[in-house]
Amino acid sequence: MSKLTSLSEAVRQHVHDGDLVYAAGFTHLIPFAAGHEIIRQGRKNLVLARATPDLIYDQMVAAGCARKVIFSYSGNPGVGSLKWLRDGMQNGSLEWEEYSHFGMISRLQAGASGLPFMPMRQTGALDLEKANPLYRRVQDPYGGEDVVVVPALCPDVAIVHVQRADSEGNAHIWGILGEQREAAFAARRVILTAEEIVDADVIRSDPNRTLIPSLVVSAVCHVPWCAHPSYTQGYYDRDNDLYLRWEEISKDETGMQAYLDEWVYGVKDRAEYLSKLGEETRERLKPGLRLSAPVNYGSY
Amino acid sequence: MPEPSYNAAELMIINAARLLKDGDQVFVGVGIPNLACNLARRTHAPNLQMIYEAGVIGARPNRLPLSIGDPTLVSGALSVCSMFEVFSLYLQRGNIDVGFLGGAQIDQFGNINATVIGDYQRPKVRLPGSGGSMEIAAWANRCYIITPHQLRRFPARVDFHTSAGFLEGGDARAKTGVRGAGPQAVVTNLGILKPDANGELVLAALHPGCNFEQAQANTGWALKQAETIEITPAPAEEELRILREELDPQRIYI
Repeated sequence: MSKLTSLSEAVRQHVHDGDLVYAAGFTHLIPFAAGHEIIRQGRKNLVLARATPDLIYDQMVAAGCARKVIFSYSGNPGVGSLKWLRDGMQNGSLEWEEYSHFGMISRLQAGASGLPFMPMRQTGALDLEKANPLYRRVQDPYGGEDVVVVPALCPDVAIVHVQRADSEGNAHIWGILGEQREAAFAARRVILTAEEIVDADVIRSDPNRTLIPSLVVSAVCHVPWCAHPSYTQGYYDRDNDLYLRWEEISKDETGMQAYLDEWVYGVKDRAEYLSKLGEETRERLKPGLRLSAPVNYGSY
Repeated sequence: MPEPSYNAAELMIINAARLLKDGDQVFVGVGIPNLACNLARRTHAPNLQMIYEAGVIGARPNRLPLSIGDPTLVSGALSVCSMFEVFSLYLQRGNIDVGFLGGAQIDQFGNINATVIGDYQRPKVRLPGSGGSMEIAAWANRCYIITPHQLRRFPARVDFHTSAGFLEGGDARAKTGVRGAGPQAVVTNLGILKPDANGELVLAALHPGCNFEQAQANTGWALKQAETIEITPAPAEEELRILREELDPQRIYI
């Protein structure tokens, strides 16, 4: 059964005020278009979880969508900080819950596997364990050292961007996989956005690449360039220019508001954003061709 | 003394590269550690393998990666796995030889703070946080830190233990049972600090033209000196050429 719908309809139906949202993607496949749609629809009091909040959550926090963030690295990697998250934590207006990367994705792994918690080895660094009471220790029942445990994270809704999917939501992903699959299996509802909607035959031609099956997907949206200014492997490059300029763009309320007015509130949807982005930028970000060698699954 | 023909970033990258061994499996970040690994791979360590926390194994980047998950890391890599897999199968399992760490503060015992200046609940300055460093510092066989030598970066005690060095010194780290040997060198623009038998960072080497007084003036504790202080060989022309012409031609990090 087709689950195809527009992104605005999917957000309307599946993202509610107060929800715990996990917009997945480690540097790669960050679903900016969905974040922008959530801002446009004026969602409030969200708990925004991501290993790396990135520019997308900085924008959603600035736009007033969030009451809390859950993260493991809250910076603009290699560039600087995420000002709106940082200021929110410093002035007490934003709640936060913090893990290391492994702690964060272990929570998703537990949620995705139907387990209550996930054990990890001790690290010797105790301060985060002390600061976040959801880190606990339990005795290894088979003997040996205590292990550190974190509870399952089951988001109300996960948003996962992929290269291609069929209309039912069976999805191929390649390139950096991050926590895409775990977020999809852990969440109660999943909005899948795809660069391309393809025939089921295309998906079935390469089943090892199907990381997300239709059975966990609630809605499928065809959203080319959903991840800009992050990237989609093989489709378009990361727009590093914008990441470098983010410090300047987001440094005060005027700059941030101007950005949101122009690129979020000022466009109806991702298609309008894309035409505004322009042919030249899209050309600049287009990668060359590098195909994998085909494999023979065999005919039986 | 003539002005050196290299800058501080080049000096630190070259000295960090020299610490890497052929065949090392290195958990690497972007920026300066990435340059050090690529330099080592092009010189004395052709079989060094770069592993990125994004889940990329054996990356062979064609261009200088500008983010920790740059697509150039994937194209031509040996393998790509999920983040959970890279942290569990590679790092936690004990398959990583070297980890690179960074942070706002490094203390006398190599503990690192990348989380907060001031009180955690009411932060004076909120920093990005651990990322992968809590586990890298614990589970990589050896860790290296590359940082400019500045007083504010080297307090006697850090405000927050984001990742463990030798904790309070002595056998404190060993007692926690973590598998890795901890920080083995801190490469700065003045020289190299290494842990002594007690886990305290002491001055082990100076770069050409640098002296102990400079290092002490930029360190927040009474800096001890190793029995013999080596003078690091000046960056070679070939090392500088590879860095400038092949690895970072646009001079983004150097």
